[in-house]
Amino acid sequence: MPHDHHDHEHDNHLDPMDARVRALETILTRKGLIDPAAVDAIIDTYAHKVGPQNGAAVVARAWTDPDFADWLRRDATAAIAAMGFTGRQGEHMQAVFNTPDQHNVIVCTLCSCYPWTVLGLPPVWYKSPAYRSRVVLEPRAVLAEFGLELPTDTKVRVWDSTAELRYLVVPMRPEGTEGMGPEALAALVTRESMVGTGLPRVPA
Amino acid sequence: MTTPETDAPFDAPWQAQLFGLTVALSDAGLFPWTDWTQALGAELKAGHPYWQAWLAALETLLAARGIALPDEVAALAHQWQEAAHGTPHGTPIRLENAPLSSCG
Repeated sequence: MPHDHHDHEHDNHLDPMDARVRALETILTRKGLIDPAAVDAIIDTYAHKVGPQNGAAVVARAWTDPDFADWLRRDATAAIAAMGFTGRQGEHMQAVFNTPDQHNVIVCTLCSCYPWTVLGLPPVWYKSPAYRSRVVLEPRAVLAEFGLELPTDTKVRVWDSTAELRYLVVPMRPEGTEGMGPEALAALVTRESMVGTGLPRVPA
Repeated sequence: MTTPETDAPFDAPWQAQLFGLTVALSDAGLFPWTDWTQALGAELKAGHPYWQAWLAALETLLAARGIALPDEVAALAHQWQEAAHGTPHGTPIRLENAPLSSCG
């Protein structure tokens, strides 16, 4: 690409990726296929409004309400939607419950499918080739890198997400939380504990 | 492994814009999300960095549907870069600022 030899240092610079995205947006807007305001609203929603606090509310409710826990186990899509968290891509949700015998971990080996409605957008490590390939082959080693050492008699099960089916890990309720209400409990539920790469916080 | 730097979903505004565009197009029914994940998965398999793979996947889907052809995208991307050069720092970049851009 020819360069202007009289570049002004105050000129704006667009990197090639940025320019291509703007080109796509221009074409799509001109063709009436997208509304830039709707695009901004989507970005705002996923950058600021949807996040792991949604999933934490679901988990805390499951810990305190056995009927809800049962519903979540049978039909997570409906139970989660009843709390006001619904997906845009029509994906189904499945809640996988940790037990003393089985610890659950989620991954998307194909790309980066993730339960957006309850966890927001995935962190960089979830999208990395290393996590996507290694957690299937050597889950215990990967969990250890996250600082999670499980008892040797606890089985580790890895769930591979797809566009149609996404998983939410429901961690075990920590000891010492008897008598705590859903709001206080939700504060203990970390994103990592709902992906399976961590455990909930323990009360101070 | 989960430092604040690696926690943010986007490293640059164009990535957020690209994400928003893709979701809006799927919402509008241009492609089902399953097609999207397959396209993204194929680009990731080729070894591209994540957001570069995302952009390539969207360009592939739109080209296959005849909505935005590669030449058209390249030409318009070039115009956007010209527009950036023609825009004083600190003001929004507008396509109209590109030289020879009569259609902006």
